[in-house]
Amino acid sequence: MRQLFFLFFVFALKSGFSQFQVQGKVLEFNEKGKTIPIANANVYWLSSTIGTTTDFDGKFSTPYQKNIRQLVVSSVGYRSDTIPVNRPNLGNIVLYPNVVLDEVVVEKEVAPIQKSLFKVQNVVSVDSREMLKAACCNLSESFETNPAVDVNVSDAVLGAKQIQMLGLNSPYLMFTQENMPSIRGASQVFGLSFIPGSWIESIQITKGAGSVPNGFESISGHINSELVKPLTDKRFFLNFYANNFERYEFNTRLNHNITDDLGVGLYIHANLRNGYIDNNDDSFYDTPLARQINFMNRWQFMDPESGWVSYANIQYLSDTKELGQTDFNIDEDKLTTNAWGSEIETSRLDISAKTGYVFPDLPYQSFGFQTAYSAHDQNSFYGLNQYDINHRSFYSNLIFNSIIGSTQHKFKTGVSLTYDGFEENVNNTPFTRYDNSLGAFFEYTYDSLEGLSFVAGLRADRHNNLGTFITPRLHLRYSLWDKASFRASLGRGIRGANIFAENQQLFASSRQIVIDGTNGNYYGLQPEKAWNYGVSFIQKLYLWNRVLEFSMDYYRTQFDEQVVVDWENAREIAFYNLEGESFSNSVQVDLNYEILQDLHLRTTYKYFDVATEYRSGKFEKPLQPNYRFFVNLSYETLKIAEKQWRFDVTGNWLGRQRLPNTNTNPEEFQLAEWSTSYNLFNAQITRVLSNKFEVYVGGENIGNFTQPDPILSSSDPFGTYFDSTILYGPVLESLYYVGFRYKI
Amino acid sequence: MKTTLITCIALFFMAIGHSQDKNKTVSFEVKGNCGMCKTRIEKAAVKLKGVKFATWNSETKLFEAIIDERKVTIPNIQKRIAEVGHDSEGFTAPDSVYNKLPDCCKYRDPSTIHMDHGNHNQ
Repeated sequence: MRQLFFLFFVFALKSGFSQFQVQGKVLEFNEKGKTIPIANANVYWLSSTIGTTTDFDGKFSTPYQKNIRQLVVSSVGYRSDTIPVNRPNLGNIVLYPNVVLDEVVVEKEVAPIQKSLFKVQNVVSVDSREMLKAACCNLSESFETNPAVDVNVSDAVLGAKQIQMLGLNSPYLMFTQENMPSIRGASQVFGLSFIPGSWIESIQITKGAGSVPNGFESISGHINSELVKPLTDKRFFLNFYANNFERYEFNTRLNHNITDDLGVGLYIHANLRNGYIDNNDDSFYDTPLARQINFMNRWQFMDPESGWVSYANIQYLSDTKELGQTDFNIDEDKLTTNAWGSEIETSRLDISAKTGYVFPDLPYQSFGFQTAYSAHDQNSFYGLNQYDINHRSFYSNLIFNSIIGSTQHKFKTGVSLTYDGFEENVNNTPFTRYDNSLGAFFEYTYDSLEGLSFVAGLRADRHNNLGTFITPRLHLRYSLWDKASFRASLGRGIRGANIFAENQQLFASSRQIVIDGTNGNYYGLQPEKAWNYGVSFIQKLYLWNRVLEFSMDYYRTQFDEQVVVDWENAREIAFYNLEGESFSNSVQVDLNYEILQDLHLRTTYKYFDVATEYRSGKFEKPLQPNYRFFVNLSYETLKIAEKQWRFDVTGNWLGRQRLPNTNTNPEEFQLAEWSTSYNLFNAQITRVLSNKFEVYVGGENIGNFTQPDPILSSSDPFGTYFDSTILYGPVLESLYYVGFRYKI
Repeated sequence: MKTTLITCIALFFMAIGHSQDKNKTVSFEVKGNCGMCKTRIEKAAVKLKGVKFATWNSETKLFEAIIDERKVTIPNIQKRIAEVGHDSEGFTAPDSVYNKLPDCCKYRDPSTIHMDHGNHNQ
């Protein structure tokens, strides 16, 4: 009874306090500015749990709470409103959408060229954005905006772009594609033009001695290119390029992910150089006519859970170049003295595979296996000279990575097996050579975690032509102070010179070939052996809140044995074993700074001192600029609605170059002792129209510098004095190009 | 004879059961904030004998290591990490060490999580 009374009392009390209902309607404005109701909005008394929700028409009704008197109206996606309740009908309450404040992401793009502070080796990493700055077209041209590597042209007829590092030609560099040797042997001169730039994802340039897992051949440096990967690349890419000398380039990449773990890519490159250009009126083409078709089919398998990663590639290319005099007709004039002409036909097949396994429970332990086969066939003639080379190559390498005790002490060890078969025909003289080697290596990496780290490697190889030998390599890095590193490296390299393949331009001259060997295994010549050592310093710092990077390095390569390529007698080209001293000293100073927001300046000064004792005396290496000064300025506008402008200007100043001795020529074919110094400018503008489409225009050699009379005795190419090999500057005049890229 | 055999087998299985793992993966939570903390924590741990591999995630605060159980124990690692300034369950860093940490690493103050936690040493 008492309880019943109590309940009644509570009920009466409750109804006494909530004498009336507060009503209202919750609305919003639609896009057209008309009000529409908000259903299911929350309506509650401030700081209480008393409340209700709106009905389908936005209406609500809730008992008045006289001790709160503030009503909160809220709904997801709208700004809440708190209303003082001073009347029973609140009428229309309009809610406004939340002002959506997007997450603010502060981004800083990694520079397209990166010099690491922390890697033990002096490595410059170049990503694909940097390669877009040199819009054309293949690996040889990817380095023109990059000061670590020098690009020069082999000679005035072949026009092959070759690269140098530390004052040494490309045979002394090691090229690898995804860490497997490439561009060696038969492909030494033209190989860089066999790797289309648009296939490349990134390039790593290591100065100085290489590392032992990659072999014993590298002397002055190592350049590795990584190709795009089917699983991570764009689904479709298309690029077309054309220039005013009728050079056309076509690139496409198609990728398909079969499963999340398995991807396949088909990459096609084709180029055509169809410009019959002889602007210097020496009767020779300024640039070869060429056709190339290049396919790659690439498979990638990646299963992070099981720890397996595999790649398989097959690449085929066919390349034809025609060069020489403009009135040369290949069908009628081949190997006659009617006109001087040349044709170089190359076909090449590359098959490679690699697989890696990371132990799932031991992230520091893995093994990898790489294997590659290539068949390279070149058939060519240069005037009356004939040169054919057939190079079969097999490579395999097994690497095991693990630690000793902890990740402070890492090691790599493994074995490698290589085979190279060369069959050459030089003016009907056959040369055949087979190289095979079996080697084992061990590389230890120590990291003190306090700023000191080093990599010490040793490999032992047994080679049929080089003998049994040891290759040591050492790299060291020390943090001097904040954002500053000191590095040192020391290493030895050994290789056999393929004198014809590496110096093919000799055929475009009347020079007699003299090989003065001493029962060596390489055309009678001895192998080449050299030590390379160097030091470098890098400091990064913030200057007015922008990164300034300063670096400096010095490297020296000293040959114990070398095959001297002697151009000093204008009647001949001689190959003989070094008797005396041969070295290369190089100093490079870089200063990079972001001058204004998104305006980047890169400057580099390089000084070279490269000399060899020839039989006629000790001279500087011919056609080697004594200095180079490089400036690159790039600017990108802010990307607004996918649209962007990109500007890039590169200037190169080349110091004087020593020219080979031409004193025995008649006066009209004698050259000065030194070339003039000159400069080259390239520029490019890219307009990004959307994330899918961009167009670019650009110019090379804008200053229009060309070497006067690049070919000696061009009017008498079958005479005694014909020589196209003394080239120190461009043959081609200013070049302008346009192109587009489309990607999805 | 029979009992000896059984004892031997039993001992063998006990030995397996008790055998200490050379590559044991261990994980525990360690307090910290940023990339600098990560470097400090990992460095302290991996320098301990028996710790083969160490990683700390600044998002999840989870520390993972691969250790040789015969040479090091989890408390050894926690103690060492505390000595360089980072707390974990049961191990508190001495104030003298903690107070010397850079401001952005002072994880005991909740407001430091909003500081610039770029990887300062890179």
